[in-house]
Formats: sequence, C-alpha cells, structure tokens
Amino acid sequence: MAKTTQQSPAAEQHSYLDMDLLRFTTAGSVDDGKSTLIGRLLFDSKSIFEDQYEAVKATSKKRGDAYLNLALFTDGLRAEREQGITIDVAYRYFATPNRKFIIADTPGHIQYTRNMVTGASTADAAIILIDVRKGVIEQTKRHTYIASLLRIEHIIICVNKMDLAEYKEDDFQKVRKEFEVVAQKLNISNFHFIPISALQGDNVVTPSKKMKWYKGKTLLELLETVNPAEAEKNDIARFPVQYVIRPINTEFHDYRSYAGRIAAGIFKKGDNVTVLPNGNATKIKSIDFGSASLQEAFAPMSVTFTLDDDIDISRGNMIVKAEQPPQVKLDLDIMICWMSEKKLQSNRKYLLRHTTNDVRCIIKEVKFKVNINTLEKMNDEKVIELNDIACISIRTTNPVIFDSYAKNRTTGSVILIDETSNTTVGAGMIM
Amino acid sequence: MHLLCGRQETIKMNSHHLTHLNELESESIFVLREVAAQFEKPALLFSGGKDSIVCFHLARKAFAPAKIPFPLLHIDTGHNFNETITYRDDLVSKYGAHLIVASVQDSIDTGRVTEEKGYNASRNVLQTVTLLDTIENYKLDACIGGARRDEEKSRAKERFFSHRDEFGQWDPKNQRPELWNLFNGRKNIGEHFRVFPISNWTEMDVWQYILKEQIEIPSLYFTHERECFIRDEVIYAHENVIPLKPSEKVQKMRVRFRTIGDISCTGAVLSEASSLEEIVREVAASRVTERGSRIDDKRSEAAMEDRKKQGYF
Repeated sequence: MAKTTQQSPAAEQHSYLDMDLLRFTTAGSVDDGKSTLIGRLLFDSKSIFEDQYEAVKATSKKRGDAYLNLALFTDGLRAEREQGITIDVAYRYFATPNRKFIIADTPGHIQYTRNMVTGASTADAAIILIDVRKGVIEQTKRHTYIASLLRIEHIIICVNKMDLAEYKEDDFQKVRKEFEVVAQKLNISNFHFIPISALQGDNVVTPSKKMKWYKGKTLLELLETVNPAEAEKNDIARFPVQYVIRPINTEFHDYRSYAGRIAAGIFKKGDNVTVLPNGNATKIKSIDFGSASLQEAFAPMSVTFTLDDDIDISRGNMIVKAEQPPQVKLDLDIMICWMSEKKLQSNRKYLLRHTTNDVRCIIKEVKFKVNINTLEKMNDEKVIELNDIACISIRTTNPVIFDSYAKNRTTGSVILIDETSNTTVGAGMIM
Repeated sequence: MHLLCGRQETIKMNSHHLTHLNELESESIFVLREVAAQFEKPALLFSGGKDSIVCFHLARKAFAPAKIPFPLLHIDTGHNFNETITYRDDLVSKYGAHLIVASVQDSIDTGRVTEEKGYNASRNVLQTVTLLDTIENYKLDACIGGARRDEEKSRAKERFFSHRDEFGQWDPKNQRPELWNLFNGRKNIGEHFRVFPISNWTEMDVWQYILKEQIEIPSLYFTHERECFIRDEVIYAHENVIPLKPSEKVQKMRVRFRTIGDISCTGAVLSEASSLEEIVREVAASRVTERGSRIDDKRSEAAMEDRKKQGYF
C-alpha cells in the first residue's frame, strides 16, 4: 500500500530522464466501477501514500463498507462526497518506472458529454468500461463515439465485473462481439479488449489467476506500451505564433523572436517557411529554448524562432513549412459539442478561438445533429442544447489557418466563446 | 549578460519523442506565454517554496532572452523562515526581477483581519484577505500560482486558467470547460484569473526537474540541525511564532522541510538528505504525501476546498 522503490539508487537517479508521458481518459456509465478501477490502478501500482490509505480506510469503515472502498481514492469535492457522485473532470497522476500517466477522470452521468469531451480532448488513450453482465449499452456507444470523434488513438475496452460472471470466457466473448458491431459502424479498428475485475484486481495491474484463458496484457501493461502520438507521423509542420519576444536592453538591440508551441511536425534550422495569413516566405535562422540553441524542434515543444527576414508577424499568425500549406478559409464546417445551458443560436455571433488566434464568427446553419445513442444523423434537428453534438456551418470575420481535425488535433480544434458571459460554450472539430 | 545560467540545454529524446519532464516543461511554458498574451496585469505568486521557484525558472525560459514580463508577488505572513526571505531577496537581485510584497501584518494593523488566538493560531487563512486586497489595489487580472493537481483532492479539479468572480471566489461546480490547449482567459471587469502552469506536475516531477536543471533552492529543503518540538505528531520548528504548551519540550533534531509555508503551518521531517539526488531518493521512498506535514490542510476534510472558494491560493 505504501510507495516503495526496488530500484538501485544509481538506476533510479537517471531512469526518470528516460520516462515518457501518456494521457488517458476513462469513461463508463454509473455503477460500472470506474472509480474502483482508478482506485485499483493507483493502489496496485503503489501510488497511494499511507496517509491517503489511512484516510480512505477510516472513511470506508465509518460508512460501513464491507471491504476497502477503492472508489474513495478518487473522491473530490464536498458535494461529491455528500452525494456520492462526481461532478467535474478530475486529474490524477501515477507513474511506473518508464512512464508517467495523467488520468482525466470523467464523471459518468451529470454533464457526461461535456465532461467526456473535455477529458478526451488531450488524451492519447481512452478506457471504456463495460459491465460484463449488461454488455454493450447505449452509453457504451456514446462513449465510443466521443472517443472516435475526438480521435483518441488507442481505445481500450475493459470488460469489468468478470468476478460476477464467474470469470467465464464465453461471457467476455459475447460482449466483445457486441462491441465489434459498434466499432464497425464507427469505422474504428485500433482497439483492445481486456477482461477485468477492478474490485478483485484481476488483469488491472496483476494477471488474473482466475482467467488463464486470457493471454493478453493486463491494463497497466497495455498502458505502459501503447505509443503516445509522435511528431514524425505528421508530414505537416505547424507553428502558431503565441507571443513576440523583444527584449528592451542594449545587448539584444533589434532582437525579435517568435514564441510558440509546435502544433505539428518537425522544424529544422534553415528550413524554408511561410508565414500565414500574409504568405511571406523566409527561413528559420535559429530555434531557441531558454539559453540553448537547437538544430531542430518538434511537436509539442515550446520554443522560439528567429527568422532571416524582417516580416511583420504577430500572435495568431502561423509559421508553416512551405511545402505543405494548411487551409486558409472564412467558411468552415465544424462538428460541435455544445457545453452551455443556453442553446446554440443560429445567426448569432460568437467568438472563435483557434490555436492562438481569435476571430468572430456567425452561425450560418445547423446541418445535422447526431443522436449519440443510436449514432444516427438527424437532418431535421436544428435545436442544439447542452451536451448535444452537431455539425454546423460558420463564417468567420477573418481567415482561419487550419488543418482538418482528422489531420491534426491542435490546428483542427476550436472553442466558441459567448461574448456576453465570456464563457466557453462549444468545443469544435473542423471537418 | 545572459539571463539564463548558460549551461547546455539537454533535451533528451528517443527519435522525436519528449521525455515526461520535457513535455511538462513545454506545456507549462505554453501556459505562461498565454498569460502574458491574454492578460494586461498578471503577477507570479512567489512564496519561496519549490513550486513557485520552478514557476519562476519556467517563466525565465519562456521569455528569454527578455525579462519576465510580470512582477513577483509575495504574500508575506510575517511568519516566514529567515532562510526563505534571504533566498527571495537574493533571487530578486540576481535576476533583476520586480517584487511586490504584501503584508498580512498590515492587514491586521488596518483591521482588515483579526489575528487568530490560541496555541494553534495561524495566519494561513488571513492571507486570503491580503491577497485579494492586493489584487484589487494593483488591478491584477491574473495571478500565476505553483499549485499542482496532485497535492490535494479539491485541487484535482482545478483548471489551468481558473476563473474568480468579483469577490475573488472559486465556484468549483460551475467551472469553464478547458479543452485541448485552448485557454479562455476572458473576463468581466473586477473578475480575475488564477493560472496554474504546473497543474500536471507531481511532487516527484518537481524534484526531478529541480535536479535536472540544477535549480537553486532555499537551504531549508536540505537536512540541518534545528530546535524543534513535537505537537500532534508533527515536528514544528521552534521559532517565536508558535507558543509552546507547558508539556512541550524543545529539542535539537536533524530535519528538513518537504514543503515551505509559513512557520505556523509547516511541519518538518526527520531527514539526512543533503543533496538534490538524496531528496529525489527520499521522495521516491516516502510513505506519506507532502501535504501530510501541512497543518493547514488538517483543519477539516474539506479545508482546502473551503479556503479555495474564499479566494485562497
């Protein structure tokens, strides 16, 4: 239960310099054991400290739970403890010797779509829980749809509560077949299945002794081996300019550099680049990070560029490799997830934030709404409410420099902001 | 003159793949630059603790070779360790940073707050008023803080850009959704933001980063001999701030601090760790969380949540 380290001091001192990072999200409906699963992952990977353990043990006892209630490890706000529900996305952390994990723990019921989309937006992997006794239900389809819509690279289906199905392979296979029908409908192929019992710990961190028929990886082994998104998978290179650095001192007189986080691909010193939207061509003179000068940099590094030519560049511009330009348009089709209590209004103006750029836009048309339970397009549905997903057409006041979301998550995503309340009302993926 | 220490930057990568520390660093730098771009009068809350020191270091990298485009703000409880103040002043003069000090003592003297009484009196809660008054006086629209989501259960729900209403309050049940890396810092007049660039870092990440970057930290973090006393299983530094109970005995102990807050709410740990490597090893083997030695969190099950709603850090 307590954190221990088995590594030799020498290995441990340097191993952290080789660790990488995986972000994943968890989705499940009420009572299918999501909090228990996260508690189990944290507990069995020895990420729970003694004071946390003692606190949960005491609460568990006070509540009269028959066994240590692992779900309590993920407890958050006072209202959540009082009502036994999760209100908002919570972020949790654990690490194994080779990898650090960030879990976006999204609630199963209240605001499900809004929260799951939020958690999924930064995730490399998604865990979808299915209760083996219930099989694939509407919520499973909804979760899988959102994971595929947000283009999460790895989808892991955990068939949970195997202990309540006597660990039978037949029951697992039945769920698997049901899910494959859904997957085919959504045109997704990169998914994994694991039979688990979060409560008993089977196949979460340690291989199950009761399911010898399962030869695959445990959940943690899988999480440790799937690949996070890689920069070189992209043949495009994008650098949204975030901030212009102009030191006011004599040493750096006339110095001007462009700070930002690389959104896609690799940039090298000397690369021919184009600055959009103006279309000016120039070369990368240097790539700097802190006091260091780099030969190359890649997504998702935050760096600064200096350029060969003196061009007027400001926040919201984009530096791209000359050979693969992004699209520059005023009219966009967007898949939007609506996140406000106030309905989306056609012909209304909203603020659109895209990379580091803000433009105003007007909603021209709702093209269709998605029934996220049946996954059907509803062409006649024009009213978009909280938690709805729809395809809309917009027109912006200034050009947007983008790639489709399918091509790149950073240059293909937008948020809509209501200018009267200043709140974020929609999350959009450019088609 | 180079603003950064000038040692060769190591970006360790397997082909084109960042390590976890490099990725966290890039994320935090992105957030810091968003603050500079989106707000008119931001400030970096600086306590002299390791998390705010890391934020300062990241900010120097984010804006190099220019200076950090915002001041440091220290909410001084008047109950600081001398080592913290010395460290703060050295850092300010070394890097030419602009420092604002707001004093809880002033808030007490002007009657804005009343000092707590009794053996466990602390100025921790009082700081909130001083902070909110300072935000109003200086018309700050964003305060950057070193809070991390792994520290405490209510912090786990924090956004990078966390909205505060005109009373400085946090409404955890009605937060703005935060998607991808699109941070919405828009606000109405009188409202402000708290921004947490190292939200996704754990205590271990912070220590590994301090080691990797060889960042200077206050001597309090390393083992030293100190006059201490024990109350409710917590080791307290014996300074004039906390009155001793008749039964409590002062003794010399080899200790270090895992977190640094003001004297009245920071517990020490017995330790022989005298280098960053040893601290990293000690944290890796630790069986309790760092907040385990924070008395401020132990007042109730939702102590942090309640303070945060009022406008605490």
